[in-house]
Amino acid sequence: MAGCQCAQATTCSSHGNLIRLGVNIRDFDYLIALAGNPNTGKTTLFNALSGLRQHTGNWPGKTVVRSEGAFRHNGYKYKVVDLPGTYSLLSTSEDEEIARDFILFGNPDCVVVVVDATALERNLNLVLQVLEITDRVVVALNLMDEAERKGMFVDARKLAKELGVPVVPMVAREGKGTDHLLQTVQDLVTGNLRTQPRRIELDPHIEEAVQQLLPHLKNLYPNLSNHRWLAMRLLEGDPSIRRAILTDSLAQTESPLAPQKEEDMSELEAALEV
Amino acid sequence: MTDAEGRKQHIQNLLQKAERLHQNLDGSFSDRLVSSIYKEATAIARSSVIESGNRRAGWDVYFDRIATHPVTGFPLMFLILAAIFWITIEGANYPSQLIARGLFWFEGWAAGLFFQLGAPPWLTGFLWHGVWRGLAWVVSVMLPPMAIFFPLFTILEDFGYLPRVAFNMDALFRRVGAHGKQALTMAMGFGCNAAGVISTRIIDSPRERLIAIITNNFVPCNGRWPTLIMMATIFIAAPFPAGVGSLVAAASLMAVTLFGVFMTLVVSFGLSKTLLKGTPSVFTLELPPYRKPRILQTLYTSLIDRTIFVLWRAIIMAAPAGAVIWILGNTHIGGLPLSNHIANALDPLGRLIGLDGVVLLAYIIAIPANEIVIPTIIMAYSQASMMIELDSLEALRHLLVDQHGWTIVTAISLMLFSLLHNPCSTTILTIWKETRSAKWTAVATFLPLTIAFIVNFLFVQIVLFFM
Amino acid sequence: MPITLAELDRGQRAHIVELRLHGLERRRLMDLGFTPGTEVEVAMKAASGDPIAFVVRNTQIALRKQQAENIIVEPIS
Ligand SMILES: Nc1nc2c(ncn2[C@@H]2O[C@H](COP(=O)(O)OP(=O)(O)O)[C@@H](O)[C@H]2O)c(=O)[nH]1
Ligand SMILES: [Mg+2]
Repeated sequence: MAGCQCAQATTCSSHGNLIRLGVNIRDFDYLIALAGNPNTGKTTLFNALSGLRQHTGNWPGKTVVRSEGAFRHNGYKYKVVDLPGTYSLLSTSEDEEIARDFILFGNPDCVVVVVDATALERNLNLVLQVLEITDRVVVALNLMDEAERKGMFVDARKLAKELGVPVVPMVAREGKGTDHLLQTVQDLVTGNLRTQPRRIELDPHIEEAVQQLLPHLKNLYPNLSNHRWLAMRLLEGDPSIRRAILTDSLAQTESPLAPQKEEDMSELEAALEV
Repeated sequence: MTDAEGRKQHIQNLLQKAERLHQNLDGSFSDRLVSSIYKEATAIARSSVIESGNRRAGWDVYFDRIATHPVTGFPLMFLILAAIFWITIEGANYPSQLIARGLFWFEGWAAGLFFQLGAPPWLTGFLWHGVWRGLAWVVSVMLPPMAIFFPLFTILEDFGYLPRVAFNMDALFRRVGAHGKQALTMAMGFGCNAAGVISTRIIDSPRERLIAIITNNFVPCNGRWPTLIMMATIFIAAPFPAGVGSLVAAASLMAVTLFGVFMTLVVSFGLSKTLLKGTPSVFTLELPPYRKPRILQTLYTSLIDRTIFVLWRAIIMAAPAGAVIWILGNTHIGGLPLSNHIANALDPLGRLIGLDGVVLLAYIIAIPANEIVIPTIIMAYSQASMMIELDSLEALRHLLVDQHGWTIVTAISLMLFSLLHNPCSTTILTIWKETRSAKWTAVATFLPLTIAFIVNFLFVQIVLFFM
Repeated sequence: MPITLAELDRGQRAHIVELRLHGLERRRLMDLGFTPGTEVEVAMKAASGDPIAFVVRNTQIALRKQQAENIIVEPIS
């Protein structure tokens, strides 16, 4: 496999330490969110990790609800959340909102952004936005087989250097790269690996405005890590963020923007994702 | 000043400052932000993509041209759908007979055993000739077609064909004031309307999303396929020789499906001119590259998840429905069973739309799951003559045609009603959860029901006029 | 000479100059990569020329004609 960083290509597909736990998600050690553009293989990866069988499909919009599963790896228990695909965290439809809120307020220990190696530029648009929100990010560079077939080659090491977070080449559909991904995630959540995420180089006007808001936000929300992003949302005039700040519900609940939606849906979601 | 007040003050200050800065950036903020992000993305991609190749190369491009071509696009769509129907009917025929034979043999055997053991006749009647018989019909009629239809459809989905369908159909949806992605939600509705309703989340505009939710019902879901397939095979295709028969059956399923699409467009148009007035919103649709479907994986997941799930739902619903029918049939008032009273009361209304009171009663009992309509009808009909042998489609035809006067008009009426009537209770609940509105849930429930009555009534009138 | 994206024929390429769209519509398109300066190519047109599929940043995205008419481009000859 092109770009696989394992010593031998064949070892990529073995998952010696992975124990799939299905929906048994109580008492997990770490929470992982799978984010990314639509149709990049998030659900495929989710299924490979959790052993569940959420439906995949080759069209953007197949997943509109978030599903949860669990697995054990190297003795740690992980809960993994498969999010609906999103092109951006800036404008949102209902399915994209679910993804955005979870990354923002779900407090994941690690966000795995699954990207399509054959359309890197468009995918990086989202990666860069996620990097503004959290520094606990691993990029899963998926669909490497398709890239190879189309005569494309992406240098994962170079990409990692550019982004300041680990990049793991994968073929999720064949389970290739899973082990490497899990090891990387473990290093990240246990603090063995520190990232230095690239921040978007903002237009000077915007940067200056952001700098003016930052001290206030840091002061008000010392526990949040994404002050820069909040500042940008405020500058944009995002009404849901304004409301959340006004009612002072930002730091409290898991998802202050969509307080009740999730409870309501969970039961049907489980049964009905056909 | 308390801490809380201080915090409140601080928040006020922050928001005011943000508002002022927002004004100063004079609306160009998001443009600048998106542009700077993309600029960066482009630079990073340039430096880490070593060979850029071409994502859109080879046969994909040619296939896409055919699949979306103004001339070939639609015919290809029909051809693929018709082929799926035909393979389903042709392939399900023999396994269905085999399963039916096995299950009905078991009914006879178990009833015999109960007789020998001296069990009371009512118990044997209820358990074996009632509930079991209903179940046997559900399983033998539903299982084989579902086990063929779902995998075929999933393979198509995995291949990447659905977005092309949405691309082709968008022109139609645009003209009726709806969203092109409604075609995708309809495709999901083929499996299950509740899932179809949830999938409407991909449509941003609330107006267009509501249209998609309300009309999803006009795509026949898996609960309704068995009814449609049965009517198509035992009534419409019956006069034709075997080989031609399955073609005719597939064609009639195709006709029903297309009529459903037609009604979707008509109702979408009506809604966007009345209750849901408005202008079309933004339409963006990604057409991903085609991918090789994983055949085995697909077979496995669709067999386990969809087929078994659907079958299980039918089974757990069929038993209580059997019980209800049995109780209604054995509670006598004034010398007549309760079920007769109800059926008689509903009969005039049923006749008006080409059906009868028993069918309407079955539809009421089957509100939780459309899967059990046919079994319920059979159970209700055969209660009077519980002992008749009903172990083949021939016998079923005999029961319906000779004993209860069904004709091809009844069959078509049933197909129309099955296609158009109200969504099942799971779907209604899902609509409520997605819209949180009693009004729209009511519209989504009663509008289709009203339409079903009107269309069926008109159909019967037209038939009467010409005959 | 600048024309609109809807005026291009299949296979033609152009650079985006300006989006004459507002609000969410503008936002969505920019998120998908339709930003000024970006190169686009017309991949397919449906019957009646609406919708139209474009290749932008190596992905294929369909828009309605009415939207394409509001995107000003500079054709690449
Ligand atoms: N060739 C290839 N296809 C993949 C790979 N991962 C996923 N897919 C396919 O890509 C499509 C989208 O996958 P899915 O998991 O539903 O993507 P999601 O929308 O991100 O959840 C499906 O048809 C998958 O079978 C991969 O590594 N290689
Ligand atoms: Mg998915």
